[in-house]
Formats: sequence, C-alpha cells, structure tokens
Amino acid sequence: MSLPGLRPLLLCLSGLLAVAAMAGPPESPVADSRDLMVTPPPFTEGIFPCTTCHDPKAMPPNPKKRDLEGMHADIELHHGDRWCTDCHSLMNRDKLHLVNGDLIDFTKSYLLCGQCHGDKLRDWKVGVHGKRTGNWNGAKQYWLCVGCHNPHSPHFKPLKPMPPPLPPEQIKLRK
Amino acid sequence: MSEANGRPMRMTSRTTKPANTRRMFMGGALVAAAGAMLTGCGKDTMDAFLQHNFRELSKEELDQIIARLEREAAKKYGKQIHIGNEKPMQGVIFGYALDLGRCVGCRRCVHACVKENNQSRDPQIQWIRVLELEKEKGVDLEAADQYYNPEEVPREGHFYMPVQCHQCKNAPCVKVCPVGATWKEPDGITVVDYNWCIGCRYCMAACPYGARHFNWGEPSIPAEEINPVTHYLGNRPRPKGVVEKCTFCIQRTRKGLYPACVEICPTGSRKFGNLADPKSEIRYILENKRVFILKEDLNTQPKFFYFYGV
Repeated sequence: MSLPGLRPLLLCLSGLLAVAAMAGPPESPVADSRDLMVTPPPFTEGIFPCTTCHDPKAMPPNPKKRDLEGMHADIELHHGDRWCTDCHSLMNRDKLHLVNGDLIDFTKSYLLCGQCHGDKLRDWKVGVHGKRTGNWNGAKQYWLCVGCHNPHSPHFKPLKPMPPPLPPEQIKLRK
Repeated sequence: MSEANGRPMRMTSRTTKPANTRRMFMGGALVAAAGAMLTGCGKDTMDAFLQHNFRELSKEELDQIIARLEREAAKKYGKQIHIGNEKPMQGVIFGYALDLGRCVGCRRCVHACVKENNQSRDPQIQWIRVLELEKEKGVDLEAADQYYNPEEVPREGHFYMPVQCHQCKNAPCVKVCPVGATWKEPDGITVVDYNWCIGCRYCMAACPYGARHFNWGEPSIPAEEINPVTHYLGNRPRPKGVVEKCTFCIQRTRKGLYPACVEICPTGSRKFGNLADPKSEIRYILENKRVFILKEDLNTQPKFFYFYGV
C-alpha cells in the first residue's frame, strides 16, 4: 500500500478508539432501570422510617463494630463476617448502600443482594428463582429477596410439615 | 315343531286382533309413571341421565346444565357456587416446572390444592402427593415414602418430589377411557367431564404417575371451606363414583392467575407459565436449567418438568 496519507489516518483512528474505550460505560441510574413490581419490604410494625430515631444530628452514628445493646439487640447477624453498616447507609438509615456508594431504597434491596448473589439475581429477574404471585400472563408481584430470606440470618429454618395423607386402610366409608 | 295334522304351528293365532294394544300401552305408561314417582325420578334426574358429553353440548344446553348443577350444589352445601366455563386461551400451552433442589416437603401445596379445588375431606382425596426420597438412592420410586411425618422438614439426607397430574401430551389415561369422558384441551390441560365419567377407573390403572383419584364415597366438604369459584371441567363439587385429578387450577389459570400450589409454595419451588411464550419463566427453565422428566421412558410427554435451580 503506497497511499501517503494511510498510515497517519490509521493511527488517528486507533487513537480515537482508545480514547473512547477509556471513557468507560455510559452513566446509568442505579443498576436496574426496569420497574419491577415487588412486594413491600417486610418491615416490623413502626420501625420505618428509621430516621425518626436515627437523625444524624440527634443521634450521631457510631461506625464501630460491636455487639448491640438495647435497641436492635434482638437481631442476630449470621451473614458472613459483617457489620450493620456494610449494607445500611451510615448517615441515612432510610437507605441501603451499594459497594460503589450508591444509595438505594429498601424497595430495591434486591440490587444489594445481587452484588454477591449475582446468579440468584439473574434468575430472580426472569422468575426462576424466588416467588411470584399474581398473573402468569400479566401483572405479577415479585417477592423481594427479604420476603423469603431474613437478610440478617438468611439460612432457611426447617418447617413443620403439614399432615401426611391418610393411609388407605384408615379411610372409612360412611354409609 | 308341527301340529298333529302335519302343518307347521303358528306362533300367534291369526284371528287375534290388535284390539287390546291401546289398553296395553296405557297400562304400561301408568306403570312407568308410577315407577318414576316411586323411584324419585324428577326432571333434574332425567336431565342428568340424558345429558350428553360436554364436547357435544350447545351453549344453551350447557347453560341449563350449569344452572342445574349450581342448584344441586346449593341444596347440598347451602352455599351459592358459580360454575364457570372459561374457554382455553388462544396460543397458550401450559407448562409447569418444579425445583427439586428447593422443595422441602412441607406439603403446603397439598393442602392449598385441597382447599382451592374442593376435594373431599372425608373420605380424603389429595391431588398432590409428595414423595420423600433419599439423596443417596436418587429417584427410586420403590423406596419413596408419601406418609413421612417428621418434626421438621427437610430431613437430613432426603429430598422431596411432589407428584400430580402431568397433563401428558401422549396421555395413557385419555387413550384408555372407554367412554371418552377425559380428553386433552387445546391449552394442554387433560380434563374430565364428571357427568360423563362412569367410574370404571381404567384411567387410574393407566396413569403411570398415580395422579388420578376416585370418589369411593360421597364427597364431603364443610360448607364454609367450599371454594365457590369453580369451573365445569375443574373444581366444581364432584359426585360419588367419578375420577378427579389436578387440572392446573383451570378455574384460575384460564383467567390468567397462577395455580394455588404455585402461589402457596414458601420456597418458590414451583414455576408455571405459557410454553408458547418465548419470554416466559417456564421456557427459560427448559432452555437453561437441568431438567428431567419422570418416567420419561414411557413417552407420556408430560407438561410437568422437574429441574435443578442451581
């Protein structure tokens, strides 16, 4: 190839591409833009909004990892080696926070769970993991992760089974 | 035979005139009427006796039949029920998937089904049967236990497999029915016309999944537990002597709702959807998860799949 302007042109193009690649992915709103209809977060009665007590001015936040006494002492945390503020925003207790610092509502808590449990989130969005109620061909409610899994102690507790069927010899026909 | 004089004997005398046939007819009619009154044959009973197969009914006939059945149910249970006749939706084939990795054997599906579908409490009928199997032996049906009753489930080393009507495409039960009381609807549900079923139970012998159940006695349901929203081919109150089975909650699914067992499952093991819709969860499962069919070698081609979610 003996075109005089070809080499500088190719260099220019590759330079532009390199710059474009370094710019990073386009800015998107916090993770998921699909508006999934989800069940409401299963708050204990009266506990939300948290800022009624956790006002940063009235009650300065204490980021030290410790055993809680008094309020919230009943919460048993069995979810890896964690501390409350790993998920709950330190300064705004009405929100959860993602690893990159973004704040999310409790109604989008699945984004938080999906950070570590990405395969479950992928399956949940399609409806293969977790529970959905409503219409199979229309509006349905996706149960939030926390609707089935206690976020502080997620391992399923065993259930008491409902009664077994009557063996045939115990079924008596009425006359 | 011959008479003494050699001519053949006649069976009737040529001289007897048919003069008393009118008398014989009237006498016969009186006897029949008396018999009908004595045996309690009212108009409803005669209508039920002369009713045609569901697939041959015109709309007017079906409306009359439904009105009669609603009357009878109101009399028996003291509660007004509604028997619907929703048609199958176009372009819909129902599919069901059950996550064997997540079922814990709690039997909430069994009892939700009993309530939703008006199954007899005494004698007891349950359309869903949950089998407890050992993880080491895998799906070994001869070692399965449906009467398990530990304090807590799941039991260590065991897994659970609920079985109900698989709505097979190549259904053995439909093939063997001698009267055509059971057939496959276009949306994939195998249904039974309880007023046409003669109760021979041949279909129960043919079903490889043990999914069909017979009303050996008069079904009894406490009136306050009756679900008044029913479908003619589904969960309307059944009479004694007919076979019944899971219909994928035809009264719910034909209106777009999930079946009762899907909604109640506390571990989200049950999935339901339209196989013809490429974006449905059931299609995602069939395309992306490890799926297995129970007794696949029998080529029943069921609509009910077991899968492993992880």
